[in-house]
Amino acid sequence: MRKSSTFITTLGAVALMMGGMAIAPQAVAVGEMPSKKVCKSKPKDPVVAGGCIATDRKKGNCMACHSFAGLEKTRLQSGNVGPPLVAMKQRFKDKKKLRAQIWDATKANPQSMMPPFGRHKILSEKDIDLITAWVLSL
Amino acid sequence: MKKLIIAVTALGLLAFGSLSVQASPQSDLKAFQGYFKKNFPKIKFDDFSNGLYALPEAADRRAEWEAIEEFPPYELDLAKGKKFWEKNKLGTCFKNGGAGIAQNYPYWDKKKKEVRTAELDINACLKRQGKKPIKKGKLATVTAYFYNMARGKRIKIDVSAPGAIAEYEKGKHFFWAKRGQLNFSCANCHISGAGKRVGGNIMSTALGHGTGFPAYRSKWGGLGTIHRRYKGCNKQVRTAPLKQNNKTYRALQLYETYMNTGLPLTAPSNRF
Repeated sequence: MRKSSTFITTLGAVALMMGGMAIAPQAVAVGEMPSKKVCKSKPKDPVVAGGCIATDRKKGNCMACHSFAGLEKTRLQSGNVGPPLVAMKQRFKDKKKLRAQIWDATKANPQSMMPPFGRHKILSEKDIDLITAWVLSL
Repeated sequence: MKKLIIAVTALGLLAFGSLSVQASPQSDLKAFQGYFKKNFPKIKFDDFSNGLYALPEAADRRAEWEAIEEFPPYELDLAKGKKFWEKNKLGTCFKNGGAGIAQNYPYWDKKKKEVRTAELDINACLKRQGKKPIKKGKLATVTAYFYNMARGKRIKIDVSAPGAIAEYEKGKHFFWAKRGQLNFSCANCHISGAGKRVGGNIMSTALGHGTGFPAYRSKWGGLGTIHRRYKGCNKQVRTAPLKQNNKTYRALQLYETYMNTGLPLTAPSNRF
């Protein structure tokens, strides 16, 4: 058991490193939100592009209900209706499951307050892919 | 074993079914107010009338709100409302000249077979005198004066008539049903989400909703009716807002106000 947990930690560290490397060209470090300037430049990196959609009040507006790393360095205020977005890679081993949760959270829990971003077409399918990539970087 | 489980489930369903049939406004009220008493034990019952400011989470805002209340921004409007009320002899259309009766609004009108709001009665009185109806800010101002004459009175709504119960049920459904692109029910934010934050905004408790309306909102820069507030809420969840004094909003107002039974009126109030 101990061995396997070490293995997971190592994997996590490698994943974090890889994640860090992937967004390095956009000059956005882990735990920091992309700036308005970066967002305007139509970033190609899915994590950065996803972060831009997530923090757009008219799009994902994720901070309305969730807190996540990087917000404290911005003017955005986070809500506390939903759980904080931390260690998302550990919490969602299956990317598809996370995407489905964003697409329609009421499927898993009919009482969920989370808007069904895909089912109600609040975001496009591509936007949801990008947000999924961003969430997994948290 | 399987049969037993089925039997137990069936019994459970039966019990639940009969419960929902028996649900009366009275039992709804007990459950509704009980929820807030249990989940917000630090708030005294009457303080729920102060809306958001009753919440311990909004303590810093309360200090600011109390400072504003020392010179209320709605005082000038109240004077205007009074002037209009007296000039148009609106008291002649109301019981007791309109004084101390707002705590029974909205009410079920047996003859007209509809829920009547103070706004509707004020305009009906003007019409009876051959005068033009008033709208928006002016209507909110006169309604605020009417409510102010009952300030502190405890809310008491009569929902005993079958017609009243039917409207009450419609309002209850509106309150609990999810709607709009964002898929929120009133209950999502103001029952389970009450006291929590959406962005920087703290969500108010449903208990106390409307006790302070018409209200002066700094966002509006003036007085507005409860239906104007409903419209804003509907827009925020991205659903088409309904017209003021629409039957659905009146039903919702009946349900929400009945849920406030026993709370003192604080209208007009000051809200951010």
